[in-house]
Amino acid sequence: MKKNNNQLLMTLLKGRTFIVLIVLIVFFSFASKSFLSTTTLTMVAKHVALYGILALGMTFVIITGGIDLSVGSVVGLVGMLAGGLIQEGLTVGSKTIYFSVPLIVLFMLIFGCLAGLLNGLIVTKLGVAPFIATLGTMYIGRGFANLRSGGTTFSKIAGYEGLGNVGFKALGSNIMGIPAGVYVFAVLAVIAAILLKKVPFGWYVLAVGGNEKSARLSGIKADKVKILVYMISGFCAAWVGMINTAQLSAAHPASGDGWEMNAIAATVLGGTSMAGGSGTIVGTIVGAFVIGVINDGMTMCGVSEFWQKVIRGCVIILAVVIDQTQRNLQAKMALQARNENK
Amino acid sequence: MFDDPNVVLHCEKIDKIYPGTKALDQVSFDLLKAKVNVLIGENGAGKSTLMKMIAGIEQPSAGKMYMDGQEVFFKDTNAARAKGIGIIHQELSLFPNMTVYQNIFMCHEHKKGFFLDDAAHRKGADVILKRLEHEIPVDAMVGDLRVGQQQMVEIARNLVQDDLRVLIMDEPTSSLSAAEVKVLFKIMRELLAQGISIVYISHRLEEIMEIGDHVTILRDGKYVADADVKDIELSWIVENMVGKNTQYHRFERSIDLNRAEKILEMKDICLPKQGGGYLLDHVSMYLKKGEVLGIYGLLGAGRSELFECLMGMHKEHTGEILYEGKRMDVRSISGQIQKGLALVPEDRQMQGLIQTLDICKNASIASMGKFKSGPFLNNKQEESAVESEIADLHIKVADKKLPILSLSGGNQQKVVIAKGLLTDPKILLMDEPSRGIDIGAKTEVFEIIHEFSERGLSIIVISSELKEIMAIADRIYVLSNGKLTGELEGDRITEDELVRASYAGLGTGKSA
Repeated sequence: MKKNNNQLLMTLLKGRTFIVLIVLIVFFSFASKSFLSTTTLTMVAKHVALYGILALGMTFVIITGGIDLSVGSVVGLVGMLAGGLIQEGLTVGSKTIYFSVPLIVLFMLIFGCLAGLLNGLIVTKLGVAPFIATLGTMYIGRGFANLRSGGTTFSKIAGYEGLGNVGFKALGSNIMGIPAGVYVFAVLAVIAAILLKKVPFGWYVLAVGGNEKSARLSGIKADKVKILVYMISGFCAAWVGMINTAQLSAAHPASGDGWEMNAIAATVLGGTSMAGGSGTIVGTIVGAFVIGVINDGMTMCGVSEFWQKVIRGCVIILAVVIDQTQRNLQAKMALQARNENK
Repeated sequence: MFDDPNVVLHCEKIDKIYPGTKALDQVSFDLLKAKVNVLIGENGAGKSTLMKMIAGIEQPSAGKMYMDGQEVFFKDTNAARAKGIGIIHQELSLFPNMTVYQNIFMCHEHKKGFFLDDAAHRKGADVILKRLEHEIPVDAMVGDLRVGQQQMVEIARNLVQDDLRVLIMDEPTSSLSAAEVKVLFKIMRELLAQGISIVYISHRLEEIMEIGDHVTILRDGKYVADADVKDIELSWIVENMVGKNTQYHRFERSIDLNRAEKILEMKDICLPKQGGGYLLDHVSMYLKKGEVLGIYGLLGAGRSELFECLMGMHKEHTGEILYEGKRMDVRSISGQIQKGLALVPEDRQMQGLIQTLDICKNASIASMGKFKSGPFLNNKQEESAVESEIADLHIKVADKKLPILSLSGGNQQKVVIAKGLLTDPKILLMDEPSRGIDIGAKTEVFEIIHEFSERGLSIIVISSELKEIMAIADRIYVLSNGKLTGELEGDRITEDELVRASYAGLGTGKSA
């Protein structure tokens, strides 16, 4: 009898984030008449895509036992670099070169990877704790974002026909009624799921997070794995930087400020353990939806920005507490099953 | 240069130097082809260190290794694995957060194109586990398995490798049941028949006599002897393992312990092990006032756990502890210190010292509450108390404000002892007090133990070195596999008795 109760509780706990998401949607659709309108849902989807893409990268980093606080700054800096390249071009000597949009996208993605590479090298080769290393690069990135324009906005990101660099705003448009960012999120999510589940790299990520010493003894190049996860995180942040700029039709140096926290919250809500070693992409996606729905839903209901922060904080702590309850229960059930087998 | 068809790997005068200690000293070793090569020695003799060199986990400070007549150098485990060398570690090196099949095929993945072929993994894992006669569900999380099952997964991981030539097994049976050991031996014989060479490290001497072909004995990082198992007897092993030359003079006691009262009594102490069984299995013992009580046993026998129970670190233990005749309620470490117990822990660096504090603070940290004027720390009181302890223990200190790491290992250990003594204990628990310090400092530590016991302090000393414990202890309990297997006193304390008792708790299926 008790065992059945445990199993029921376990099923509920495992699907908890999804249950919470449904409860939230039902709640907000009653609390605010306009919540289920197309406009609102499109807006929610836009935000979910931004947090979600960041959270995909964050999931890899957190599974290895690390953290990446720099993603918000990379979002801001990439926006400024892309906006600057479109509006002002690149001036070398007396010549100014304007790049086509696909090239700019490519450059930004490479830049995101390089930012991740820097994080990874500081963490592995210099042995700085991930929290501190990425806190440092977070400030550095934000500083450069402001330095790029002296603190002002690049607002002419539509490009110029004559220079052949139009089209950047497509990243912020709707395609068949759905924001372009959602498509990017979907594609990246599939790639992330394949990386984590279907190729050896995913095993190595889990192995490094589960037991780094064993991973090294098994012949896994743990440093390389760690550097790669930060590069994935930077790559994701670069996408968000570009999509966000396109959505706003402007690049502002303060963009993305604090978004690393939304990404971490989505990841943790999705069941990824901060201690490393476990986490799924599906969980992170659901987590990103929960964060997006809570944020926008509360705004729709007229909850003040101040209370929103309080509630968000409570939700995150609660999520981790429930997560630990699940782990304890799981361990207990495993022990029970073992004793019965004996 | 070196070529002998019967030797698969030859080590030539290997040195391994760690900061402060020489773990291996000019050790030469032949790994015989298709044989069970057994390595024997006490804890810290250098067996595991030598194996780490061969498996590429660590690199020798000096010396050479040869395979197939050519010199080899393993810069990492991959290099050793490329030469067909696999190792089963003493401490499990698994991924508890991953499934059985993921653990087994880690770094030996089957792929279809870019993608993992999990169907092949599941099937392969199933086949290997069937061969090991352990049908563990391959999708189970390794962290959820019993320790014995985990050990089997660890063994299975090494069988995945096709080109395996040498398999190193570092105490593979320490967590296996008798039936599981039988299966393991069967597998080992199969491997031998395939021409695979095995290195086997074990403390279970009867096992060695059963499965071993050739025995090599190490002591204090040096080669001592080697022989074929068919030519030797258990007593030969014990004699070479322990050595004859190191002798400590035995201390004479002026206290008549027969008339001393019991200060501490433990009755039926049990400490459950995670994953079944006991770390301490119904252990009962007593300590008299002014007595030096020795506790001898192998690694993992439950010695440190006994101290941890006494100090309140394992709330889950059961049984009764009587202190000065009254039932003692063990609640917390600080509570136990107040009641008059002090512990000198086994690992000086990790548990005994706070490296960032100076000598004086390290000595006074456990008794800080005594040195106060109102709410403030009274530095004068503290320093004079530390100074008197420094003088009492003859700690060689130029200035007590120097960093603790500026002292030699022996003097660091004395500071840890001073810390314990400053709490005014009635019972001092010392876990391997002579570990990692030189012979001169050892003798001084023993003198301290003797002197304080003469003053009436009751002391329990854990040691895994026979000669030492025989020199200092008035009475010795032997623990083996969590069970109390011997109590020796006076003339009954002999090397043979101690060694025999220390293996008595290890059932291997056949009667020893």
